[in-house]
Amino acid sequence: MNLSDTTVKQIDEVITHYPVKRSAALPLLHLVQEDQGYISQDAIAWIATKLELQPINVYELVTFYPMFRQKPIGKRHIKVCRTLSCALMGGYKTCSEFETQFNTKKGEISPGGEVTIEFVECLASCGTAPVVLIDDTLHQHVDCAKARALSDQIKAELKAKA
Amino acid sequence: MPEQRRIIFKHIDSPGYTNDIACYQQNGGYETLKAAVLRKPEELIEEVKKSGLRGRGGAGFSCGLKWSLLDRKSGKPIYLIVNADESEPGTFKDRYILHQDPHQLIEGMMITCFANNVKQAYIYIRGEFPEGARILEKALAEARKANFVGSNIVGTTYSCDIFVHRGAGAYICGEETGLIESIEGKRPYPRIKPPFFPAVLGLYQCPTIVNNVETLCHVKHIAAMGGEAYSKIGTPGNTGTRILCVSGHVKRPGYYEFEVGKLTLGELLNDVCGGPLPGRTFKAVIPGGSSAKILRFGERFKGKRKVGAEMQDYDWGLDDVPMDFDSLAMIGSMAGSGGVIVMDDSVSMVEALANINAFYAHESCGQCTPCREGSLWMKRITNRMVLGGARPEDGALLKNVADQIAGRTICAFGEACSWPTQSFVLKFGEEFKTYAERTKDSSATLATTPLV
Repeated sequence: MNLSDTTVKQIDEVITHYPVKRSAALPLLHLVQEDQGYISQDAIAWIATKLELQPINVYELVTFYPMFRQKPIGKRHIKVCRTLSCALMGGYKTCSEFETQFNTKKGEISPGGEVTIEFVECLASCGTAPVVLIDDTLHQHVDCAKARALSDQIKAELKAKA
Repeated sequence: MPEQRRIIFKHIDSPGYTNDIACYQQNGGYETLKAAVLRKPEELIEEVKKSGLRGRGGAGFSCGLKWSLLDRKSGKPIYLIVNADESEPGTFKDRYILHQDPHQLIEGMMITCFANNVKQAYIYIRGEFPEGARILEKALAEARKANFVGSNIVGTTYSCDIFVHRGAGAYICGEETGLIESIEGKRPYPRIKPPFFPAVLGLYQCPTIVNNVETLCHVKHIAAMGGEAYSKIGTPGNTGTRILCVSGHVKRPGYYEFEVGKLTLGELLNDVCGGPLPGRTFKAVIPGGSSAKILRFGERFKGKRKVGAEMQDYDWGLDDVPMDFDSLAMIGSMAGSGGVIVMDDSVSMVEALANINAFYAHESCGQCTPCREGSLWMKRITNRMVLGGARPEDGALLKNVADQIAGRTICAFGEACSWPTQSFVLKFGEEFKTYAERTKDSSATLATTPLV
């Protein structure tokens, strides 16, 4: 495991927040996923050792909690809310628009590696539907036109970085 | 029309108000905590009991009673957990408190901790709020530095720390015993009650209070104004203010804080939210988060209810129903989490139910067979209907599946996932019967706004 110094420091700190080490399992999974991009088998074994657990105790969390993934994703992560209030305001069309813009399907990495698009359940911003979470930032009232604009912005940002 | 009364949301969206401690203190923040730690803890609990405060997370359980059930004799440490999972679809109030006014929550928490002699508190925030978690971490660091959180707060001998714990996208973590399992680092399988009442056998098998974000913010204001004064806000039995979150087909969706029971559903939707979208009419409303039973416009509700000391007849249209815990329960639904989802005449109820069923099938934890299998099959049936395979008897089949879940599961998810199906089929049975006809016409199958 090749974790950054910051991540290792955060891991050691967060374990002290609980009287029982096992409680740090979710925080560690978040930190490792943020550092590595996904949770590998090695990561599961590493976290298990760190918290004095069996690997299955960590693996069963990775398979249960929707936010943890066992495969890499595109450079940017687009999560479109699927649930009722967003769907009523056009969330399904928003999601299709993103798929068209990046020539990809939900759950896959786009051909150029730019994004992974996902449908997720309620993001708790139903009053500004449809909403989309791109990495850590919430975007509100994302109709098809706004989805196109956000897609262009992502493409431009990735191009500028390259 | 009654005016909004903003207590909890006083500073939300106000220009120039920032989420740092300096701004909070300039607006009188932490003065209530400073005063509270000079009082006896029992007095503070008494104030909350007097206030009549009911939990704002969904069940509407008395907050003072919840605290009084705590096992204080066991000698084990007492924990407080803030339920900031805000996962019930249609609910989006806590988001604004966490992002824009985090110190209000922290102050409410510390008063609660002091009153109940809590040794350690956790904020369980949903994974989908990464910014919210960072804001809370920063706010907690500020509050520790200012000695409002941590060791020997504001010069007393009382110490209590607060940590943020992030969820990871599972709805069931909003269920308090599932949430506790999740903090313990396990799958969030809800625990069976009895014996695992959090007040006795909660986090690490110790007495634990689990309260919603908004509820704990109310505690701060109760401590400030006194339980007696607070109990005069709202209506008897439904005290205080409440944040109503309106989404779906209205002109002005959003969050509105009102005294509980002082406005009707009609006033909320027509006056506050501006009525239906142009050219549309209201068809149905889910009044308390997606698991609350749906209500149909045009329905009438008759019966007797207690007003003050006497029983009175009521005869309400949907517009006349007061937005409080008891009235919504009386007409067969619930106030729940305050998430009001509105649907107009453009919506097919079969498709709306298919959307909701997909949610519950995805979120069932899988621990109890009736729920795991039932939620899955309800989703499969409604999906098949929408995809062109509807049969006239599907409504009855759906009801049959739903009726075998509620009451047969460890937690209330069984009810949460069966209530939508039961109520949709009951209130809109005709639409389920004729959906097959509708989908035969190929132009109608291509919904302009797909819900599944």
